[in-house]
Amino acid sequence: MTDRIQLGTMEQPQFSPAAMALVQKIIKRYPEGRHKSALLPILHIAQAEFGGWLSPSTMDYVASILNIKPIEVYEVASFYTMYNMRPVGKCVLEVCRTGPCALRGSDDIIEYLENKLGIKEGETTADGMFTLKAVECLASCGSAPMMQVGNHYIENLSVEKMDEVLDQLKTRHNVPNPDYGSPYPVSPENNG
Amino acid sequence: MGRKLLLKDINVPGIKSFEVYRKMGGYASVEKALKTMTPDSVMEEVKKSGLRGRGGAGFPTGMKWSFLDRKSDKPRYLICNADESEPGTFKDRFLMEYLPHALIEGMIVSSFALGANTSYIYMRGEFRWIFPILEKAIEEARAAGFLGNNMLGTDYSLELYVHSGGGAYICGEETAQIESLEGKRGNPRNKPPFPAVVGLYGCPTVVNNVESIATVPHILNMGGDEYAKIGIGKSTGTKLISASGHINKPGVYEIELGLPVEEFIYSDEYCGGIWKGRKMKACVPGGSSVPILPTELMLKTAKGEPRLMSYESLSDGGFATGSMLGSGGFIVFDETACIVRNTWTYARFYHHESCGQCSPCREGTGWMEKVLHRIETGHGKMSDIDLLVDVAKKIEGNTICPLGDAAAWPVAAAVRHFREEFEYHVRYPEKVKDPKHFEKEPFVSEKKAVAA
Repeated sequence: MTDRIQLGTMEQPQFSPAAMALVQKIIKRYPEGRHKSALLPILHIAQAEFGGWLSPSTMDYVASILNIKPIEVYEVASFYTMYNMRPVGKCVLEVCRTGPCALRGSDDIIEYLENKLGIKEGETTADGMFTLKAVECLASCGSAPMMQVGNHYIENLSVEKMDEVLDQLKTRHNVPNPDYGSPYPVSPENNG
Repeated sequence: MGRKLLLKDINVPGIKSFEVYRKMGGYASVEKALKTMTPDSVMEEVKKSGLRGRGGAGFPTGMKWSFLDRKSDKPRYLICNADESEPGTFKDRFLMEYLPHALIEGMIVSSFALGANTSYIYMRGEFRWIFPILEKAIEEARAAGFLGNNMLGTDYSLELYVHSGGGAYICGEETAQIESLEGKRGNPRNKPPFPAVVGLYGCPTVVNNVESIATVPHILNMGGDEYAKIGIGKSTGTKLISASGHINKPGVYEIELGLPVEEFIYSDEYCGGIWKGRKMKACVPGGSSVPILPTELMLKTAKGEPRLMSYESLSDGGFATGSMLGSGGFIVFDETACIVRNTWTYARFYHHESCGQCSPCREGTGWMEKVLHRIETGHGKMSDIDLLVDVAKKIEGNTICPLGDAAAWPVAAAVRHFREEFEYHVRYPEKVKDPKHFEKEPFVSEKKAVAA
């Protein structure tokens, strides 16, 4: 389940004051000296804030906030599937393909999306709009087939509905700062 | 209608809010426990209730609590396992999304019983939209004095936090979950020591499933003895079942344990029968890890008794002719389903989710995936079928955590009950080229045709 660390350089990222306030609030949820516990939550915030993926400089930045070694961040980020180790499109389509979804047509959905978008599973469209991922069970088997897009589950999919779904997503995500989704949404209230 | 406890108020408008939940009798168990009971007496009631862990293993919750090292002067922790990832299971998600206060109330009384002053809900990260729902519920409970320092004027204090996973099935295993909560890769730990002695941050820790924890308030409200009267034998109480696959009404249902399987599948109160007017072929009753059973063994045990939705009845006959209640992830297959293809998707899942620590699991799951794919696409050999069974056998019992078993069991069971279908794939490669091979022409067992 691991993915290679993408090499390359980016300018040093910096959390907004609101994001940093949320990060500090989360760190305090764990006992003194156990701040490394906040790593997974902070990586979610970092991914949502810095373009939907974790670049080496983003991971180094998170390491510096938690005062841990960069390798401690790399080894964790590459273990968990929710962290993108490569750049992604503005809208990431994560289609569930495990048993219960497969019984109700997830293969058709993936095949349709591959043909419609002209990419294979795991790839991003040339215009940088969509990334297509086939993922494992998202605990939505009662409303199969389904896919996750950011904070949302789009359920009871059918090939007939896909064009409309894609159009809506394109409208929503084709903006300068698309919402990649995070369990810990940064809101202005966090500031201060 | 069976008895409803967890979902009895699910249709009350506004039940997500503290105000309405409280009006419906919510948080009464916290008042009862903190004001009139000791932690030990709360544990006694849970023991008496016979409640068994609802995450999959079915281990008695009260007994698990009693293993917690109470002599240690270290802090104690309760972790709620909300990393629901077992394919076919979506009941905890439903409970947290629509009845968030049921989990918060359960966390408070359970933490009190264990003497934990800080507790965490470890939720799978993909449930991104449920985090704000639970955080809001926690804030509401705190504002009403049910969390924080000196709750309800007693000397008990509790802080409760929601923690996000990163997308890894293995973190549903309790020691992997603890590692993950410590900010590390989710590699399961060797046991012993058990978490009850050396858990989170090296401190005594209990990890319980969402549904188990949400059941505790009901046990305290009615008393453990009363709760034990619900259900059948050692399968006490009610259970949430996640029903999926080829049925008319997929969804989450609360059943009283002991309900006949046939009624659950065909009654309009539950699954509503098989979709598209088709016949049922097979069923996985407890999440993808448990053995698949053909219809005849699903509805009746090998002894010819009606199969019931209970821990004992579903496992009657052992793995030869039975399965397990597991997490209650109930997946139904109609006559057009291909068992080989389905087993392959599960093998792919376990290969993807293996943490990689133990070679039998890391390598074996990959081999099973490859061999199954070969057979499914018409490139298999007859010897591949026994090879699958052999690999499964060599994974089972040879790994640190139960993921190895969970990967081996579904493959072994599919070959055990549907070997003819595997042989068909090898014998007629042309006929299985189309991935939907049985949709046009369902597989018919020659053996059964001869017997009839």
